[in-house]
Amino acid sequence: MELFINQVLAGIATGAIYACMALAIVMIFQAIDHLNFAQGEMAMFATFIAWQLMQWGVPYWWAFLLTLIISFAGGVIIERVLFKPLAKAPVLTNVAGFIALFAIINSVAGLIWDFTIKQFPTPFGSSPFLGSQLISTHQAGMIGVTLALLIALFMFFRFTRIGLAMRAAAAMPESARLVGINTGWMVALGWGMASAIGAIAGILIAPVVFLEPNMMGGVLIYGFAAAVLGGLTSPLGSVLGGFLVGIFENLVGTYVPGVGNELKLPIALALIVIVLVVKPTGLMGHTVVKRV
Amino acid sequence: MSRQPSFAISTFAAATLALAVSGGHALAQKKYDTGATDTEIKIGNIVPYSGPASAYGVVGKAMGAVFQRVNDAGGINGRKINFISYDDAYSPPKAVEQVRKLVESDEVLLTFGVLGTPSNSAIQKYLNAKKVPQLFLATGATKWNDPKHFPWTMGWLPSYQAEGNIYAKYLLKDHAGKKIAILYQNDDFGKDYLKGIKDGLGDKASNIVIEESYELSEPTIDTHIVKMKAKNPDVMVYFTTPKFGAQALKKVGELAWKPVQIIANVSASTATVMKPAGFENAQGVISAAYAKDASDPQWKDDAGMKDFDSLLAKYLPDTNRVDSSAMTGYNMALTMVALLKNCGDDLTRANIMKQAANLKDLEIYGLLPGIKINTSPTDFAPISQLQTMRFDNGRWQLFGDVISGDADR
Repeated sequence: MELFINQVLAGIATGAIYACMALAIVMIFQAIDHLNFAQGEMAMFATFIAWQLMQWGVPYWWAFLLTLIISFAGGVIIERVLFKPLAKAPVLTNVAGFIALFAIINSVAGLIWDFTIKQFPTPFGSSPFLGSQLISTHQAGMIGVTLALLIALFMFFRFTRIGLAMRAAAAMPESARLVGINTGWMVALGWGMASAIGAIAGILIAPVVFLEPNMMGGVLIYGFAAAVLGGLTSPLGSVLGGFLVGIFENLVGTYVPGVGNELKLPIALALIVIVLVVKPTGLMGHTVVKRV
Repeated sequence: MSRQPSFAISTFAAATLALAVSGGHALAQKKYDTGATDTEIKIGNIVPYSGPASAYGVVGKAMGAVFQRVNDAGGINGRKINFISYDDAYSPPKAVEQVRKLVESDEVLLTFGVLGTPSNSAIQKYLNAKKVPQLFLATGATKWNDPKHFPWTMGWLPSYQAEGNIYAKYLLKDHAGKKIAILYQNDDFGKDYLKGIKDGLGDKASNIVIEESYELSEPTIDTHIVKMKAKNPDVMVYFTTPKFGAQALKKVGELAWKPVQIIANVSASTATVMKPAGFENAQGVISAAYAKDASDPQWKDDAGMKDFDSLLAKYLPDTNRVDSSAMTGYNMALTMVALLKNCGDDLTRANIMKQAANLKDLEIYGLLPGIKINTSPTDFAPISQLQTMRFDNGRWQLFGDVISGDADR
């Protein structure tokens, strides 16, 4: 029983990583209706920027804020320069663009900062949390930040003009344009926000997995699984999905004989496939009706 | 046809006799294969200068520096070394392409110091079929020591199995009867280590309470540590790559848990593992080493370290001296130079392999005192000794004797 509880706790801690990433994935999906395969690498690059700023002596929270601003601007620039011209191109062209971006960002990060792992500081400390042996204060802080981010996003989309405009632009571009919303810029804004959320995810994840150009490889796949499980249209669902994937993965790895560790990654992928077949909208997503 | 060989043998016998009579080494016939002449020896090499493992590019640069210094001092027996080093970006298909270029277009005498298990695996069959020596590989896989099936291939680094074996010897001596938990990477690298420690423990392998594997694709290994801790082991052993080694040390530190911890030499770098994991978490961790650590002040006045530093100062001023890859390349190139000296004027590929399999108690500047290179026609593992070390206040301290990792000794 103790092992069970411990694995659930460890799963929640790991799940927070996936939840963070899943939020960024949902954000971009809301804005452009595609999954951005370069999302993880963008987050990794942003984390390196934060690290570099701190190496230059910028205090943690200033570096954090500056990184968010830089990432936001970077996201907008990537959309304007690379993906706006591709807006009307077939999905496959976009996917090729994402993959190219993935490879480019990964290699450039390696070129600038090399491939050895780097320590990334945490503002929460890393002692055991509330006497629990399994969740550190950093991981507790991470769960807190993820939930805060979730509430902020909810408020943003529910109560602000710009948030409502973004939703309108994604749901009904035609009508949105008619009431005077600049839908093109709403997409760019979506990219900027997704990129900034990714930066937060990267900064929170790096103290656990260590900073290096390949740190997001596995995380992104689990993040996808979490987002699909929770529903690609629901921020709340994706966060929930993140925790569920983390717990599910640990329990299956520990208790299902024969599955063991070799199949841990395939479990995440199988989850994606099963959810897409059985309930394509995920746990909390809503069906998107499109008029043909 | 049957007469020809005997004719050849008798000629050879006569020649040897003549040689013996004249008694002079100087009169020995100069013999060459492709890639060697009176003035030059061509050596081919492949190292990842780009791509994910480009940090290892330093190995190739350090080798080049050693050969450059040898050339500036007049070469080996009057022959200059032409060191041709290509980039494979740590990609096996590229390594195949480059090795063909080296053998067929550049016409090298031998290949030396190719880096990485995947790349060497990809080119091993080709080189053995062509009968081109594949010497002193920068990889610790155990499979390079297989003279029966691959007589043209010889490793260099102490094998992962030998190292695992040494940890077993340490545990039997200092921690007999304690419960052992092992975390290993689920591939050849991790399994080599696992086999080494289990062979070394022998019937005491029953002290292992859990063998837990992880995949390279996993973001964190927390769940494995939790699972292992549930078995209440006294000793935690990590056969991991640097990133996961650092994660494990950090996680165990966060749990405020103090088992005896052993970490593979691959992940024992002070700068890239111990420091990220946090020195307080790495305190007391055990590992093993075969080479001198340039960051260790105890070698400050050591002749070998002085030679290493003067080489870097003159030929590689931009290289970080504490980067252990520089030391690896330096040691490997020195081994190659010693081998070529032993070959004298008989620079045929067959003689090179013969001499390579006949290295006796060769000491290299950058190896720990007492660690000697030994090979024989049945033992193609040049280095099989290591010394245990303990991480203490931010640096590694050697302790105990130099131990052989050979299972049979």
